[in-house]
This record gives sequence, structure tokens and C-alpha cells, in this order.
Amino acid sequence: MRLIDLTIKELWHRKSQLTSGLLAITLGIGVIVGIRTISVVSEKAVAVNLDNLGANILVLPQATSVDNYYSADIDAPTFPESYVEKIVTSTLPGVDNMSPKLSRRVKIGNENIVLTGILPKSEIASKPIWQQNGIQGNKVNASCAPKPGTAPAKYLDPKLQRKGIQDLAESDCFVGSAVAQRLNLKEQGTLTIEKKSFSIVKVLPETGTVDDDRVFANLHTVQKLLATGEQISAIEIMGCCSAISDGLLSKMRNILPDTRITTIGQIVSTQIETNRMMNKISLVFLIIILFVGSISIGNYIWANVNERRKEIGILRMIGYHKRHIYYILVLKALIMGIVGGIAGYIVGTLAAVWLGPQFIGIVVSPIYTLLLLSIGLSIFISVLGSLIPAYMAGKIEPFSNMQED
Amino acid sequence: MLIQINNLTKTYQRHDGAINAVDNLSLDIPKGSYVTITGASGSGKTTLLLILGGLLQPTSGKMKYNAKELDLQKEKDMATFRSNHVGFVMQSFALIPYLTALENISIALNVKENDKDKNRKRALELLEWVGLSDRTTHYPKELSAGQQQRVAIARALANNPDLLLADEPTGNLDPSLSEEILGILKEINQKQGTTVVMVTHSPMAAEYGNTKIQLKNGKLQIIKN
Repeated sequence: MRLIDLTIKELWHRKSQLTSGLLAITLGIGVIVGIRTISVVSEKAVAVNLDNLGANILVLPQATSVDNYYSADIDAPTFPESYVEKIVTSTLPGVDNMSPKLSRRVKIGNENIVLTGILPKSEIASKPIWQQNGIQGNKVNASCAPKPGTAPAKYLDPKLQRKGIQDLAESDCFVGSAVAQRLNLKEQGTLTIEKKSFSIVKVLPETGTVDDDRVFANLHTVQKLLATGEQISAIEIMGCCSAISDGLLSKMRNILPDTRITTIGQIVSTQIETNRMMNKISLVFLIIILFVGSISIGNYIWANVNERRKEIGILRMIGYHKRHIYYILVLKALIMGIVGGIAGYIVGTLAAVWLGPQFIGIVVSPIYTLLLLSIGLSIFISVLGSLIPAYMAGKIEPFSNMQED
Repeated sequence: MLIQINNLTKTYQRHDGAINAVDNLSLDIPKGSYVTITGASGSGKTTLLLILGGLLQPTSGKMKYNAKELDLQKEKDMATFRSNHVGFVMQSFALIPYLTALENISIALNVKENDKDKNRKRALELLEWVGLSDRTTHYPKELSAGQQQRVAIARALANNPDLLLADEPTGNLDPSLSEEILGILKEINQKQGTTVVMVTHSPMAAEYGNTKIQLKNGKLQIIKN
């Protein structure tokens, strides 16, 4: 009979102790795994959400009111289109896709609509300097969007679908659903604005925002039509969430001092804060569980040592050395650490998968790499907790088995 | 001479002062002898047995084993001494409750030998020798007191010790079982040539020895050969 056989038999012999000891480790590791799993999945969800959201930074002229992010550009004062290049040439980390636009209210018959000039993706891509600096997004490593190699996120939010317009010819336009309804417009039809005729490429689906009242046309066509010259009323930017929190806005304000730069503050900051809080909670729990877990295991092993004084005395009497006693107890902690780590991973993952959708509305998938970390952490906690009791057990006299109960 | 002890003293510090459990004791134990130690409670007989078995460090004095002096203060050396040369039989049997009869013997064999099959074979031989070959998978609580003590004796013999130390081996047994156990110890002494030192309260048990020692206040009072 080897010492590992003795250790396993002893563990099995005291099932209630084993259960309570394992429960302590399992719960501790489970809490860490659960929080970490939700936190990692949440971070990914934020990245995808931000990508779906498209632009989250808006550059406006200084005097503009920003009561509503979605309508702040309408009738706003203008600034030169060259500001786009100022941002691009600054190579600020964390600046992803950019989209300059010009918006003005115009009348078509008796209806007020908003005419918005935008640059389609194909036109942005045709500017070599913008490409070199990663204006298309994929070349900017600081992006918080999914990493290269992952499928590019689509604009799932219908409010933002017009931001993904690939081509927009000089006399093409997209019309919002409310405009189409009021003016009885159909796709492939025509629309005349300020004596200029546009072909309707698409009627955008209803979004419930001011975009429903917009007509989107090529920026340069709109500039000519409104005789504004190379002026724009806003630049929409997709800024990396972590870069925003690291002061991207103030850096941009240094480059464009006569502009007003704002974010969809509630969305970005709340999500960033949530992620930060989750990470902090993970860390706090990790520290607490390291302490409490080690003390719990230490207490368990210590109680076990006291209960086994006679057995340890017998082993010492028949010739086992102190190192054998240390080995038996640390081996026991190691076994409990491995089992507790696996059980903790399963419990924590199941809890995260079940609770994630219910409490924070995200679908949580298991993170398999956490299994190794769970086992490692669990072994560390268990073995750390067993060291002092094992040392004390080595001091038990070999004649302890002669003491009566 | 198997054991020679010179001026051995073991002092315990108590709240009412120091007390010598073994007091400046010298004794020779020849190879193959059967020594019984008697004395009143507190006379120091168990303390002497513990020191002989390397379980307790004396306060002063020297001990030679096979003419070689032992460093009684070196815990590591004494553990090796116990596993190589000494077998113990205790009044309370000292069996591990969650191990079967076979495993209780195997665990003693494992100190010196890691071969699982070899150890199992040896443990089965020992159980057969003490008449318990049909109890190999029984746990201590499933055995009678006499059977438990026979398992303890088999374990004590596991590593072929030169010295078998027994502390009140019949203390928990009825008279008929006591005679059975004492008979086994006598057989070990006579047939295997193992030196036996037995502490007992029982005058009947003491008669099994060929050297009878009586202690009083930690000192040798009578030696009868």
C-alpha cells in the first residue's frame, strides 16, 4: 500500500469532512470563474456593441448644441472638411472609422426634411492618405472592435444601417422611412431637392430617430447644392472604447481646438465602467478567496490533523519520517485542489451561463482556458493552506497513538 | 549484546517540579532474550520501553544497539532505526481504522519496500502465520480484540525486526485471549530468535520472560534471570 493509496482511503473514510472541504474550494473557485466568465464575455459584448453602434464620437463646431446626439448636426454651423485630414494625420491611437457629414433642413413641397451629405465607404477608401492611416479601421490595432481574423461586425442596429453605405453616386440618395411615407416615395423612384433630381436607391427601414426624416446624399453633391463649399457640419468617429477612457477626447480637442467633441457618453462610459467594475470585483474576490480559501483549507487540514493524531503517531511509530507525514497532508490538499478546481470551474461556468442572460442580458459561453487557471489557483490555495498544519503534524510524537481517547 | 544502556535518565518537567521517570538506569539486553518489565503505575516502565524503541528521547545517557551507539537526539536516525530494527505491539492495538487487516500490514512494509505485489505477498504470509488469512479484507472494527492484536503482531513482524517491544499487549484482552497472544510472542522469540521486551502489569504474563525486571521510581529494583 502506497502513501497515495493511504491518502485516498483516508479522504474517502471521512466523507463529511471531504464534502465540506471540497464545497469551500468549489464555491470559492466557482465565484471567481463565474465573475471572470461574465466579465470576459461582457467585454466582448461591449466591443461588438460599439462596433454595431458605429460612430461613438461626434466632432461638431464649437457653437453647436448637443442636446440630442442623433440630431446635433442639423443646422449646425460648419467647419472645413480638411479637419478630417487633421485627425487622420495626427495618428491618434484609438481612432477608427470616420465619416464627415453636412446636414441642413430643406423643404420639399410643404414637408420639412433633413438633407444629409455623407461620404460612402468607397469614397473614403479612395483617399490614399486616409487609408494609410487606417481610416478603414482594420489597420488600427487599438480598435476595441473584434480583433483581426474575426468576422467584421454588421450594423445590427437599424438606426445605424445608413452608416454602412458602400456606394453613393453623385445623384443617388437614400431616404428615411418617414420621408418616404410622407412624400409617398418608392425605391428606384426619383426625388427633387432644390431643383436637383436624385434617384432613390433605397428606402431605409424605420429607426424611430431623426434619421427617419433624413435624406442621405453624397456629401459633395450636398455641398454644391447648398453652396457651402468644402464645409461640413460634423465628423462621426468610431473611437476605441478603452482609448476614449484613456483621454482620446482631450487629445482630439488639442488637434481641433475650435470644435466641440462629444461622445455617446452614457453608452460608452457605462459600458466601460461596468467592465472596470467587473474586473475590480474579480480582483477583490480573488484576493478574498485566496485569504479565506487558504484559511478554510488550513483550518480543515488542521482539524483533520488533530483528529488523526493517533494515526500519525502510528505511522511515525512504524518508521515513517516527518517528510512522509508532510507528503500525506500536502498530497491530500493537492487532490482536493484538483477536484475542487474542476468542480469550481463547472459550478462557476454553469452559474455564469445561467445567470448571464437573466441579470445582464448577455449570452455567456464557457471559457475553457479558465479550467487550467481554476485548477492551478485551487491547488495553490489548498497547498498554501495545508503547509502550516502539515508542518505541525510533523511534530506529532510517534508515541501519540498510546494516548487514550 | 543487542542493547546496552548506560546511565539513562528521562526527566519530565511538571508544575510541581521535575520528576525522573527513568533514573540513571543501566541495562544490558542480550540477543534472543525475552525480557518482561513490571512495576507499579508511574514506575517508568513504559518510558523505558519508548526510549528502547527510539520513540522518546532521553534527557541523558547512552544506548548502544548491536554495539553501535545510537544518536538518540536525531529524530531522522531514530525513525530509520524503528523501521529497520523494531516492531511494536501496543495495548490499544494501534491499527489504522480505515485500512483492512492486509493494508495495515502493507503500510508498514511500504516504509522500506515500494513493490506493491511483493508487499501484498508478504502481508498475506504474515496474516496466515497469525491465523487470519480469512480476514484479509476486514477492517479493525470487524475483528475481535484478539484478532486485532494478532494483526498488530503481524504488522510488528513485517520488516523482520530484531527487537519486538510490547506495551501491555494483553491489557485489553480476556485471560484466554491473553494466553493466546503471549503464546504467539513466545513463539516469535523462540522460533525466530527475535528479542522481545514486554511491559506488563500481569504477574502471569511476566512469567513468560526469561529475564524479569521490576522497576520502582524509574530505577531497577530486581532482575531475575
